[in-house]
Amino acid sequence: MGQPRSHSKPRRSKLGVFKFASCDGCQLSILNLEDDLLALGQVLDIAYFPEASSDMGAGPYDIALVEGSITTSEDAHRILSVREQAKVLITIGACATAGGIQALRNWADVEAFKRVVYPSPQYIRSLTTSTPISEHVRVDFELWGCPIDKGQLLRVLTDLSAGVQPRLPSHPVCVDCKRRGIVCVMVAKGVPCLGPVTRTGCGAICPSMGRDCYGCFGPAEGSTQGPGLPPNTASLAKQFHQGLQLIPIEVLRRFRGINGYVKPFREESQAWEDVKREA
Amino acid sequence: MAEGKHKTRTIKIDTVARVEGEGALHVAVKDGVVQDVELRIFEPPRFFEAFLQGRHYDEVADIVARICGICPVAYQMSAVHALEQIFGVQVTGALRDLRRLIYCGEWIESHALHVYMLQAPDFLGYDSGIAMAKDHANMVTRGLRLKKAGNAIMTLLGGRSVHPVSVKVGGFSRVPRRRELESLKDELLWARDAAIETVHWVAGFEFPEFLPDSLFVALRAPDEYPFNEGQIVSGNGLRISATEFERHFAEQQVPYSNALHCTLHGSPYFVGPLARLNLNHDHLSPLARQSLDGTGLALSLRNPFHGIIARSVEILYALEESLRLIERYEPPPSPGVPVVVRPGTGMACTEAPRGILYHRYRVDADGIIREAKIVPPTSQNQSRIEQDLRLFMPRLLSLSDDKEVALACERVIRCYDPCISCATHFLRLELDRD
Repeated sequence: MGQPRSHSKPRRSKLGVFKFASCDGCQLSILNLEDDLLALGQVLDIAYFPEASSDMGAGPYDIALVEGSITTSEDAHRILSVREQAKVLITIGACATAGGIQALRNWADVEAFKRVVYPSPQYIRSLTTSTPISEHVRVDFELWGCPIDKGQLLRVLTDLSAGVQPRLPSHPVCVDCKRRGIVCVMVAKGVPCLGPVTRTGCGAICPSMGRDCYGCFGPAEGSTQGPGLPPNTASLAKQFHQGLQLIPIEVLRRFRGINGYVKPFREESQAWEDVKREA
Repeated sequence: MAEGKHKTRTIKIDTVARVEGEGALHVAVKDGVVQDVELRIFEPPRFFEAFLQGRHYDEVADIVARICGICPVAYQMSAVHALEQIFGVQVTGALRDLRRLIYCGEWIESHALHVYMLQAPDFLGYDSGIAMAKDHANMVTRGLRLKKAGNAIMTLLGGRSVHPVSVKVGGFSRVPRRRELESLKDELLWARDAAIETVHWVAGFEFPEFLPDSLFVALRAPDEYPFNEGQIVSGNGLRISATEFERHFAEQQVPYSNALHCTLHGSPYFVGPLARLNLNHDHLSPLARQSLDGTGLALSLRNPFHGIIARSVEILYALEESLRLIERYEPPPSPGVPVVVRPGTGMACTEAPRGILYHRYRVDADGIIREAKIVPPTSQNQSRIEQDLRLFMPRLLSLSDDKEVALACERVIRCYDPCISCATHFLRLELDRD
């Protein structure tokens, strides 16, 4: 007979939560797990989460959740060290995954921006761009949303701690409305809804609240890596222009929003920049 | 501890924990005298006021929500009120009640988070709410359930609690049916009792003796505790409308911080729950009044550490107010009033969980934003926090361990529930002992 098998508990995965340029809303989604938060604290070792705890445990971490985009040279450096310390790096939210609303600076003169906000712009150090984490380091998994859906977060963390590769659906919000029997706001109200090109995840909140989707969860299926086709933004934009009578600048603004810097939306808004210029 | 002729001591907090956003503190001490206190906000600037230029007025509520995930409703409310002022739109009756109700939800959610998860651990000696749960599971569970009750109000009215989607100029994109609101009642009644217990619980904490002379500033309305409307009043007799804000309050930039400092006639001032309570306690609801009286504390409350009591009393107020608003709710004929665009400039101030939040917009004839100015509560409190630290520091200098000094400083900072994401447009402590 050999040695009796050890029944000691498996080691808890060590979690770090890191913040870059952001509104803190996705980190709040972790605290908003409320009923599951204390249970999660037992399954995972929440080692580094400065917004919630003074105990800032050093790396390495099994899982790093990264909120926010890269907008300063210090942060471009800091993300490298987060990557070095993390086995699995997951971006949480539109800022970390796509550059966020602050990526609107990518089309603007940042020095002029500084002058609008600060009386002494020379003290403000900031890059001219706001970029997603994936432009700086390898990202293992991306959670979309502004904010992320806490159910999706919980699912991904549970999958990872069980050793399962997480998978999330990537079909358009449009499909959710059909499934739930929500009246189409574009047909019924004539509003420029981004549901046909926006990734599922929120639960079709906007149409269910009587308004147009504004693209919080980024482009639907296949727009980054992975299978499927990029969303047909050109067709939707044409419908906004010809069907709903939006002028080119209005079509442009529609795509240049919360996730405006992600490729399919960026290219569509650029196309309407050109239409606007010709007009 | 001090040897030699000139002793320099630098106390540094590299990252102030349990605050929303990123900041650091630098304190320089020379010969036992505090020379310099700098609250450095290194949260990267996000330039909201700049990229709002050129956007349509209808997009503003969705964009400004993204300034802060903890208090998005506050940003939405100040924005829609300022824009409605330009267009001459009046939001009254049930629509006004619903705005007040969603704001109550945000106060409950934000205050419960701060009281239970961020500040109570300071008084009970833990690193976090999660760590505190090991010994005080019932308390932490109660706090999280309270927070959830606030989130439930926001989710029902706004579709979700972080960045709600329904708030718009003129009203909402959708309003609830009566029975939907009634479905909240049972949980809010539980929460009201839990809030009474919360006031009692936090009033029993041990508070340092600390009575700085603060200038309190808050909104004040004729017959209600302030959320969306009211005049800006101060403890020394200021009484102005939001349109006059920039004639009295000025933002200054300091080289060490990405947040602007705001002063009233050049002096630091104090906004938030403690200021609101001191200036509006006569408008508290019955149970909130009774619970406050039950603490035996005499008004006005000047100790910043009593902020946790003010915050708890406001949770209770917001719950009583929510129940009152739900009770009298009759759905409005339309979810929003019609808006006709006209060019102009509008200003509004509303009471965010952390204090008054000022917005100004200039809109052209096509409804496009040409100029935006936003003054968040944390940039208003920043000078006051630095002054408190200057006054609080001397009693800490006998501590030889800089780490202990740093922890005590962080506790002072957390009294203000600073939201650094909001203020950059917060913390590392550096204590320089010379």
